[in-house]
Amino acid sequence: MPDDPDFSAATREVWDVIVVGGGNAGICAALEAVERGAKVLVLEAAPEPWRGGNSRHTRNIRLAHEGPVGPLEGSYGEEEFFSDLLAVTKGKTDEKLARLVIRRSAACLAWMSAQGAAFQPSLTGTLSLSRTNAFFLGGGKALLNAYYNRARDLGVAVLYETPVRHVAIERGRFRAVEIEREGRRAAIAGRAVVLAAGGFEADLDELERGWGPAARNFLVRGTPYNRGEVLHDLLAQGARAVGDPTQCHCVAVDGRAPKFDGGIVTRIDCVPFGIVVNRAGERFYDEGEDIWPKRYAIWGRLVALQPDQIAYAIVDAQARELFMPSIYPPIRAATIEELARKLDLPVERLADTVARFNAACRPGRFHPTERDGLSTEGLEPPKSNWARPLRVPPFEAYPLRPGVTFTYLGLAVDERARVLGPEGPFEGVFAAGEIMAGSILGEGYLAGFGMTIGTVFGRIAGAEAAGARS
Amino acid sequence: MHGPELDRLVAEARRQLEICNACRYCEGYCAVFPAMTLHRAFSDGTLVQLANLCHGCRACYHACQYAPPHAFAVNLPRALAELRVASWESLAPPAGLGRFVQRRAGATVLALLSALAGMFWALASLRPPSGTGFYAHLSHGAMVAIFLPAFLLPLALLARALRDFWRLVGGGRVRLRHLRVALAEAASLVHLSGGGQGGCQFEKGDRPSQARRFAHQLVFWGFVACFASTTSATIMHYALDWPAPYDFWTPPKLLGVPGGVLMVVGGIVLASLARRADPELGSPAHRGGEAAFRVLLVSVPASGLLLWAAADTVLQAPLLALHLATVLAFFLLAPYSKMAHAPFRFAALVRAAQEREAAGTPRGAVRASS
Repeated sequence: MPDDPDFSAATREVWDVIVVGGGNAGICAALEAVERGAKVLVLEAAPEPWRGGNSRHTRNIRLAHEGPVGPLEGSYGEEEFFSDLLAVTKGKTDEKLARLVIRRSAACLAWMSAQGAAFQPSLTGTLSLSRTNAFFLGGGKALLNAYYNRARDLGVAVLYETPVRHVAIERGRFRAVEIEREGRRAAIAGRAVVLAAGGFEADLDELERGWGPAARNFLVRGTPYNRGEVLHDLLAQGARAVGDPTQCHCVAVDGRAPKFDGGIVTRIDCVPFGIVVNRAGERFYDEGEDIWPKRYAIWGRLVALQPDQIAYAIVDAQARELFMPSIYPPIRAATIEELARKLDLPVERLADTVARFNAACRPGRFHPTERDGLSTEGLEPPKSNWARPLRVPPFEAYPLRPGVTFTYLGLAVDERARVLGPEGPFEGVFAAGEIMAGSILGEGYLAGFGMTIGTVFGRIAGAEAAGARS
Repeated sequence: MHGPELDRLVAEARRQLEICNACRYCEGYCAVFPAMTLHRAFSDGTLVQLANLCHGCRACYHACQYAPPHAFAVNLPRALAELRVASWESLAPPAGLGRFVQRRAGATVLALLSALAGMFWALASLRPPSGTGFYAHLSHGAMVAIFLPAFLLPLALLARALRDFWRLVGGGRVRLRHLRVALAEAASLVHLSGGGQGGCQFEKGDRPSQARRFAHQLVFWGFVACFASTTSATIMHYALDWPAPYDFWTPPKLLGVPGGVLMVVGGIVLASLARRADPELGSPAHRGGEAAFRVLLVSVPASGLLLWAAADTVLQAPLLALHLATVLAFFLLAPYSKMAHAPFRFAALVRAAQEREAAGTPRGAVRASS
């Protein structure tokens, strides 16, 4: 493919706007720039079937709105949106940028629809999001397909399998990107660049720096192409960093999931209805602290702190219908002892853990969808809700591993999406999406907010980059 | 419904739907996914029901984060298409005949040629002493003697197959309201609309298009008009003592001519869309059989229109033989050809309406946010 005519033509051209990364933020930037008359090239590291980074695994976008609009019910004002963000980030957010994203999000629905995006009512079991989040018909990959079709119609050039190895910035001004294709390097010149290449969650070496050898046992929920190369290249050139470099968003996934790209179907939802033990057969955290949507994100980290980064969620037959079906069959046994043998856990220890848990359960009303206060007594750690003894065979277990979703380290930007260097913003260098989200989302996660940041900042970056060419 | 191939197709559909059921991103596209969420485990009957509920619009494939080259290799349109046709093959007795016709284009050609030979023989040896129009070539009585069984036998076989299907999928007592819902869905082909995104993603890769839905509508309403044409002629013949030939301003022609044109145009468009579509997203094994069916589907009204145009010329007799042969082949093959999709699809729509009603709500189990 080095002789691909598109490719050789692309290297001879001086592009108005080069977009690095073909996920949601990058493609939004490309659309915004091409609509302003810019000549736009998108460089996507992944092969075409895998294009779109982690956006292909998303399913909705969080949008502020006054009154019902499209698939969104009720209204969701700036203040409520911002306070939701404050709650999950514990204040780790740049208020100015956060409010910019929230305010601009109100215009996204109409813009997205005009680009060919289609929406659907909130999915089964996600009624709690029907007011705040607009669901893409078919999910994030379908959204990206619509955007790519639109981009092609408008004349945006896209090169797949073309990772950017270096962003050449001379005297504070963007000159070119150095790409690699089929083992050969080449430079592509441009007047402005939009960096939308994601975080480094697929780079296990880098994760190991923050997490130690434990990171080797992490599974990456999304694309294997987010290796942080562009992010680290910019940081090495003096770009200002934001976000904790050691932290990543990590949920509990089925331990049998593939190393990369398992996506949403590998998530485990049964934790609140049973117990979770580590390799030693011991419980280590309150499984019933809160409803699962509010707690599932902490379990990745909890499992990461256990020996060998593995844990086992154990439920009995009473729980089977209470959670979403899983793609991997549970490990099943007629007795706890047999289950321990199948899981290679210390038999007596597990039997003792379950016996002590069962003895600490109290009678009361069990209610699976709300905090029912059915709590253990005299048990450490306690189980604060849904504490029902495990007694109805067959007993079923799911292995849990930490599944990394995204990283927090990013590039600092201003409200024009300009990447900030040691002496103010670089000229012609913009960033959008996960690569700069750490400014706004310093901790935790808010459903659909990554897509909001990507769409709003993608559009800002695309418009600014198109303006920077003159 | 058994056999090594069916077992394999059932197992593959189950494997894929278990992944879908843990994801559910495609809920908005069609009836298959909301029906799927009502189950935690999939019995063979449920899988056959979902396979027949699928209209093959392919939207879910293009939206799927687990489609090949992903290791999960989810290609639901194909898995359901393969199981769907295999279910017709095994439900319409004798099973071997369905396999032959659904998979081999030659089977339809063979049937058409045999019917043509038979018709020429009938025209040559049963020529009536008198008669007008095409009754000059073959008497009304002879036509009834040939076509009444050729019409009723496939209907009886299909009825039997539907009864077995209904048992297999665990269908309940059919109420008028279930039929009303299914009729509305079938008549509007709402499940080829891609959940409001502007059609299916069939012939232009991942770009939605209404072409297939519109072309299918032409064929469907054309077929209904042709059927009404024949019915009106039957009524005129027996009840009003008004035998053919009919001139243009009579119900048989006013319904039959436009109906035939719609079927020809729609059928040709459907065939051209199918040629452009990716065979890997359907059932490759059934591609030849489907293509031959489309030819047969177009040849019935096309030969009928030609026959009308050639009235009172020397071509009338051979065109009459051709037209009657296409009609004969079309009806006799109905339980074994792609035509089987119509009754099975309708039954699946009725069953889906029942299931939705029984569930009270299309919403399934609780899912955490992401």
